[in-house]
Amino acid sequence: MNRFPPWKYFVIAIALLVAFLYALPNFYGDKPAVQISPVKTTVKVDPAMLNQSLAILGQAKLPQTGAYIEGNSIKIRFPSADVQLKAKDALQAGLGPGYVVALNLLSASPQWLTRIHALPMYLGLDLRGGVYFLLETDMQAALAKTLGRDRGEMRTQLRQDQIRYGGVDLKGEQLVIHFATRDQRDAAAAKLTESFNDLNFVSSETASEFLLTAALKPQAVTQIEQLTLQQNITTLRNRVNELGVAEPVIQQQGADRIVVQLPGVQDTAKAKEILGRTASLEIRMVDDQGDLQAALHGQVPPGDDLLYTRGGQPILVKKDVILTGDSIDNASPGFDSQTGQPAVYIDLDARGARVFKDVTRDNVGRRLAILLVERSGAQVITAPVIREEIGGGRVQITGMDSPQEASDIALLLRAGALAAPMNIIEERTVGPSLGADNIRQGFHSNIWGFVAVVLFMSLYYRVFGIISSVSLAINGFFLVALLSMLQATLTLPGLAGIALTLGMAIDANVLINERIREELRHGSTPQAAIHAGYERAWATILDSNLTTLIAGLALFWLGSGPVRGFAVVLCLGILTSMFSAVTVSRAMVNLYYGRRPRLAKVHI
Amino acid sequence: MLEFFHFKKDIPFMRWGKVTTAISLATFLFAVWALAYKGLDFGVDFTGGTVMQVNYPTAAPIEQIRADLAHAGFKDVSVQNFGTSRDVLIRMPVKAGMDNASLSNGVMAALKTNQPQAELRSVNFVGPEVGKELYQNGSLALLVVVAGILLYLALRFEWRFALAAIIANLHDVTIILGLFAFFQWEFNLTVLAGVLAILGYSVNESVVVFDRIRENLRKMRKDVPIPDIIDNAITATMSRTVITHGSTQMMVLSMLFFGGEALHNFALALTIGILFGIYSSVLVASPLLLMFGVKREHFIKPVEKKQEAVV
Repeated sequence: MNRFPPWKYFVIAIALLVAFLYALPNFYGDKPAVQISPVKTTVKVDPAMLNQSLAILGQAKLPQTGAYIEGNSIKIRFPSADVQLKAKDALQAGLGPGYVVALNLLSASPQWLTRIHALPMYLGLDLRGGVYFLLETDMQAALAKTLGRDRGEMRTQLRQDQIRYGGVDLKGEQLVIHFATRDQRDAAAAKLTESFNDLNFVSSETASEFLLTAALKPQAVTQIEQLTLQQNITTLRNRVNELGVAEPVIQQQGADRIVVQLPGVQDTAKAKEILGRTASLEIRMVDDQGDLQAALHGQVPPGDDLLYTRGGQPILVKKDVILTGDSIDNASPGFDSQTGQPAVYIDLDARGARVFKDVTRDNVGRRLAILLVERSGAQVITAPVIREEIGGGRVQITGMDSPQEASDIALLLRAGALAAPMNIIEERTVGPSLGADNIRQGFHSNIWGFVAVVLFMSLYYRVFGIISSVSLAINGFFLVALLSMLQATLTLPGLAGIALTLGMAIDANVLINERIREELRHGSTPQAAIHAGYERAWATILDSNLTTLIAGLALFWLGSGPVRGFAVVLCLGILTSMFSAVTVSRAMVNLYYGRRPRLAKVHI
Repeated sequence: MLEFFHFKKDIPFMRWGKVTTAISLATFLFAVWALAYKGLDFGVDFTGGTVMQVNYPTAAPIEQIRADLAHAGFKDVSVQNFGTSRDVLIRMPVKAGMDNASLSNGVMAALKTNQPQAELRSVNFVGPEVGKELYQNGSLALLVVVAGILLYLALRFEWRFALAAIIANLHDVTIILGLFAFFQWEFNLTVLAGVLAILGYSVNESVVVFDRIRENLRKMRKDVPIPDIIDNAITATMSRTVITHGSTQMMVLSMLFFGGEALHNFALALTIGILFGIYSSVLVASPLLLMFGVKREHFIKPVEKKQEAVV
């Protein structure tokens, strides 16, 4: 009655073996390592690169305990954190700015485990330390930028087609063109509809004038939003690469949001500053003819912006942008060769170089303003007088307070501009020491709770209690193995979830054991009692687990971040507990008692 | 054999129905009062704002910190100890028209001017918009769980059972929330997750009792009155109820004692939920079931077939 066919034991044995293998990497711990990746994604890492890195370490006499290529990066393990830090500096100096050398932790588990993809659980930021940002893109600004460009092009076209118009205004998300006569308006409508495919044109009249209103088509809006988000993601990725983070996560969330996760980042303030800055560069002309005093009293000349320099000096700058950050090929920090001041050297692309050459040629003697445009507004970094035509596309900017600032600005310019400003709307930062504390505390919660349950079960139910405890431990193994296999993110609430599911999993065994006791009380033979106990308890176990599963699924669906980690553990824990509490414990009972046909007494 | 609960006779739970219902009603009304008058102390997850945890090598100079922050121009800042005397928690509400995301950088800079050893342990910044979304999603999750359990129990048992079980469990949830409101413990996302887990978990309890009631309805003689059937079911499952909840409680208490500050309120919510879960499934759900007028006929024929199919 209480015997399993051999295949059942076989299946259970296989499941146990697999669970053991995949849970194993979690017990080896981590080793300090560095990760070397090229800054440009087009550059590929090859074995020669690996040899070069090893040669650099050899020269610096720094020992390493394993090096390999994974994906498009090189990973090198070190015996201690001290060596790791030295190695990072040596490698960064030896490889140059084309490569990012980031500190990392790698699993210390042996190669053969890694080869069967047995990896330790993937720890969330609240356990390993790091920064989580949720950024929202200002789509309104992206659309306004597009319309602003269309406005310029419309003016050019109307001028070319010799259609007289009274002006083009940007009103909210619409462009309004004013005309004196109906014929002019209709002629313009015909021409513009032909060349602006992304816009919808609507004609209307007022008492005094004829209007043509243009708005972006819905599909154009969607497309602009997608492109904007894509460019912002690319830019963020470039910036993160510059920061040197080992395993960054940058992904889209919803229509206008981007999630950035930077595990193990120590200087969170710096990370936030680099990511959060929407810096883009603009080069415009200074309006020296404008009346600065009047502007300070609120009468800014049309076509000008009243801006301030870093020193707080007001300055009138033309609205027309000569060049933007898009034209920048490269930017590097340095020092002015004559004054020794910190400077940033910018290399412009071919088009930018041409425009810059023309502008400097035509405006010798006038002033040019170099602006850093951020979310808080534009700031004039420097406004030098143009002494001569500047060709070749190499521009030097001075006016920075410190070499550090010059290098930050160079980084921002090099990493590219954002297509639209972004706001940080959520931040979760966990320092590395807190992460370690969280792991320790989460682990202790599990261990002490488990010990208490095992002691109680063994005293109360004796042999069956021990069997229940063993199956509970196996349940823990299954859960850890499953989490490792799926590489689901384990968070602190997730660790709490493990404790909670272990506490709840024992419920199934209690149900079974109580049923068996009851059957014995009613006078069943031990074998019949065991059989009936397992059979009858099953329906109840199923019901009670399914209701918790409903809660877990809802949490997974609607929860975010760490709470989702809890939901994953809860759902997986319920599944593993049904298997271990019912099938595995039954197998043990069958092995222990099932072979004895004349069983007179069971210890329960 | 070691046994805590061995009853020769069934305990007449149903006869105490009036008393227990009165007790439940009183605690429930107390919880509702606490929620209405004190309200939940929502954490930044739901309200938006910034919370920073800062660690000092020696006891944190709270007054000095307050002075430094006031000096640097931070207003409406709350500074308090957190867990140990060396940790402080700094809270700031969301301010309109400010770059809230960079507040924490400014605060840290201000703290380090006088205390360079201050170490930033964590920052949680939630924008007002995100807070609102988390709140909405949380409420929606609660609704989905309630609806899901209701539906499942209605399909698996009968609507009377489903309704009785869900009312009993919402009673637990209300009491958890009421206690959080009364003591002004912080209610954050993790606590919400705990509450939802409890909702799923304590329904188990009602399910086990109901399972037994259903079994008794089929098995016991027809002249046994319904209250006796229910009493028998509760008495028979009593031992199991206390033992499983005890085991889960051990785990949760271990979390409460060893899990640190981050898990404290989560464990607290679970502790309250488990304690009231025992009480409500026995003394709230079952009298409700009786009140809804459960009958033998609801189970005898059609469910028998279904039972086979499920097993």
